[in-house]
Amino acid sequence: MKHLEEKIFKVIMICAAMIILGVLMYIIGTVFYRGLPALTLDMVTKLPGGGFYLGKEGGVLNAIVGSLYIILGSLTISILISVPLVMYINFYLPAKSIFSSMIRFSLDILFGIPSIVYGAFGFALMIYLGIRASLIGGILTVAMLIMPIMMRSFDEITRLLSRDLPDALLSLGATKYEMVKVILRQLMPGLVTAILLAIGRGIGDAATVLFTAGYTDNIPTSLNQPAATLPLSIFFQLGSPVEEVQNRAYASAIILTVIILILSFSARYFSSKFSKNKI
Amino acid sequence: MISTNQHTVSSYTNSFIGMDEAITLKKLIANQSIRIENLDVFIEDQHILKDVNLTIPEKSITCIIGPSGCGKSTFLKTLNRMHDESPEVKISGKVFVDDENIYGPHVNVIDTRKKMGLLAQRPCPLPMSIFDNVAYGPRIHGIKRRKAINQTVIQYLQYVGLWDEVRDRVRKSATRLSIGQQQRLCLARGLAIEPEYILGDEATSALDPLSTKKIEELFVKLKEKYTIILVTHTLRQAKRIADHIIFMYLGKIIEAGPTEEFFNNPKKQLTRDYLSGSFS
Amino acid sequence: MRRLRAAKDKAARYLMLGIGIFTILLLLVIGLSLFFKALPIMREKNLWVLLSSADWKPFKGDFGFLPFILSTFYVSLIAIIIALPFSILTSIYLNSYASKNVRRFFEPVIDLLSGIPPVIYGVWGTLTIVPLIANTIAPRFVEFSSGYTVLAGGVVLAVMIIPLLISIMVEVFRSIPKEMTDASLSMGATKWQTVKKVILRKSISGIIAATVLALSRAFGETMAVLMVCGNTAKIPHSIFDAGYPLPALIANNYGEMLSMPSYESALMLSAFLLFIIVVLFNGLSRFTLNQIERRYQF
Repeated sequence: MKHLEEKIFKVIMICAAMIILGVLMYIIGTVFYRGLPALTLDMVTKLPGGGFYLGKEGGVLNAIVGSLYIILGSLTISILISVPLVMYINFYLPAKSIFSSMIRFSLDILFGIPSIVYGAFGFALMIYLGIRASLIGGILTVAMLIMPIMMRSFDEITRLLSRDLPDALLSLGATKYEMVKVILRQLMPGLVTAILLAIGRGIGDAATVLFTAGYTDNIPTSLNQPAATLPLSIFFQLGSPVEEVQNRAYASAIILTVIILILSFSARYFSSKFSKNKI
Repeated sequence: MISTNQHTVSSYTNSFIGMDEAITLKKLIANQSIRIENLDVFIEDQHILKDVNLTIPEKSITCIIGPSGCGKSTFLKTLNRMHDESPEVKISGKVFVDDENIYGPHVNVIDTRKKMGLLAQRPCPLPMSIFDNVAYGPRIHGIKRRKAINQTVIQYLQYVGLWDEVRDRVRKSATRLSIGQQQRLCLARGLAIEPEYILGDEATSALDPLSTKKIEELFVKLKEKYTIILVTHTLRQAKRIADHIIFMYLGKIIEAGPTEEFFNNPKKQLTRDYLSGSFS
Repeated sequence: MRRLRAAKDKAARYLMLGIGIFTILLLLVIGLSLFFKALPIMREKNLWVLLSSADWKPFKGDFGFLPFILSTFYVSLIAIIIALPFSILTSIYLNSYASKNVRRFFEPVIDLLSGIPPVIYGVWGTLTIVPLIANTIAPRFVEFSSGYTVLAGGVVLAVMIIPLLISIMVEVFRSIPKEMTDASLSMGATKWQTVKKVILRKSISGIIAATVLALSRAFGETMAVLMVCGNTAKIPHSIFDAGYPLPALIANNYGEMLSMPSYESALMLSAFLLFIIVVLFNGLSRFTLNQIERRYQF
């Protein structure tokens, strides 16, 4: 009797896992199936031409470049903040410090704040500072979104580092600052993993850039100009009643999905490399 | 950049061959020694070291033995103030190194650590090349001239007998070395900061017998110029290389004395029990 | 030289301390600025009226949040109801049954699912779930449904929160000491009995915490839900009605409504509501999860 139950539940569990796997395939499959016919070289090399949103020719280069600009900018900001902070809570503060658990806790909460709230806050902040929807606005808001992601994953990896290396450095008479500089080399693959994760989240998010970055058919040439982004480009094209434009939305979705797939697999590669180094 | 460096190293070596005996490793300081008075160490509520009073003789090998958990490693860490990193450790008492209390008010912890070369249980090469591993200490302590650095690195790599094994790959990552080579590299790295003391925390426990032998031979060679303090868990090792033995049990020093006397004629019952293997 | 080194060390330390304080303050600043932005509308109208009224006529000055709150609640509830069994079963399978290779195969699957951007989920939802509901499921229950419904939002959201649920639950199950399960197995219990009697019972707080965390993720999810939910400001009476969750409300209207101060303030109030709920839910569940992690650390 109990063995029958065992068998039944095992089958149910395998089914559940298979369904999840199936859904992933289904999602990727659907996007590719609908988007591939419309995916041309023009899509990634041309700006939207006149009448693009009525089905005439052009591509989404504006959105690709815009997304790239925003992610590069926000990445720079969040690396500059995350790396020192993670080093601080791991190597400057004592192991059981209240301050470091406070920081970790607020990171956990910042991590959970929805991107639309960041978007709304970012926009309110921009109004307060007198900034229009622009590249810089998008960069700042996306930076807020990806900072906690990067910090948490980098922190998790850093916590796994054994005490041997810091102790070795300190016993050579290094100051904490000198110690941290060497430790960062050791942690480089972990940092890369964290960065890739953050890029993945940042590049795919639409709600943060909806009000803050604006939208344009051109490539921005200064920080004050609005910038298009890939997710918003998909969203707007999908809203069009013209079928060609909708198909191009699916093609743009392929571009975004492929970017995410590449990022995800390289993150995995780097993190596995990291655990090998760690012995 | 790298290739020019390599060139400098190799050209330097050529002029170096046959000279290694002539190198004076460092200026010797007279009467260097460690004296410990009324040392107590608490970790949280636990009394780890209890009223330790001790003098460690200079230019000899002193081995600290005792069952695990007796406070050997904690003791070693008090000597180079590594407990500074853990606020839960409370230390009272005095540790005189070269007649200066290292727990005194105006002592710079970095200077103290520079005096002590530490060899850890597992070798821990820094994530950089073999050359840079040894050069790291001199560099952070302010030596900038490339020639001086080259000279120091080669000198200490030769000293630990690693130079001939790695001379054609000193610019490669140190993690590729065997674990025995890594430990000798760590020793060279520690020597390069020109310490006066060498602390070893079960420095051979992760090594194979052959590498252990090499390290032990190095210790014996080093004691001419350095005061060496080793924590070890193998009695045979202590017997082989130590000049003095300190036996600790439950945070107290039970017995200390010259090796021969300690092993042949122990004074305390506890020591006799430990030596006969009644507990470990 | 030594002075310079010490100075550098000190400068780095203060800089880092500053960043640490900044991170803690950021949370506070976000909360406070949303609150002050929402203050005008709360002064104008009673908060309770705002939350309990179903009248949404911004141009007449009626701001009733009930349709949005209920939509958010329904969509998230459907998502959790669908996602929870799948996630629990899959994470038990991955933790107790699956071979190492299967586990290694599933890790990137979960990663990918959580990495797919919301917009892609939205695209997938409009392509597959919406027509499925409109043509196949809804006709059996109601006369007409466009497919853009609360149910569609719930299904899409379920798929989106499954990876989060699984990754936390696997961690929670893993934190149960092996001795405990071994003890049960050695008494002749089957694996499933062990799962039922030991693993699930021991990790109930972790499962609840994961659920709360996933709920708060669901509350805040914007784009995907917006794309499949229909977005009409009425209280949905069945799962085949259109819904209009709070994040979608903000996304659709904010940025264009600055000419109407009370409208802007009302939208900020919804952002503030979201913020408060998410911070509370997150705080509670993270606290519980941290406790679990700490309990089994040694």
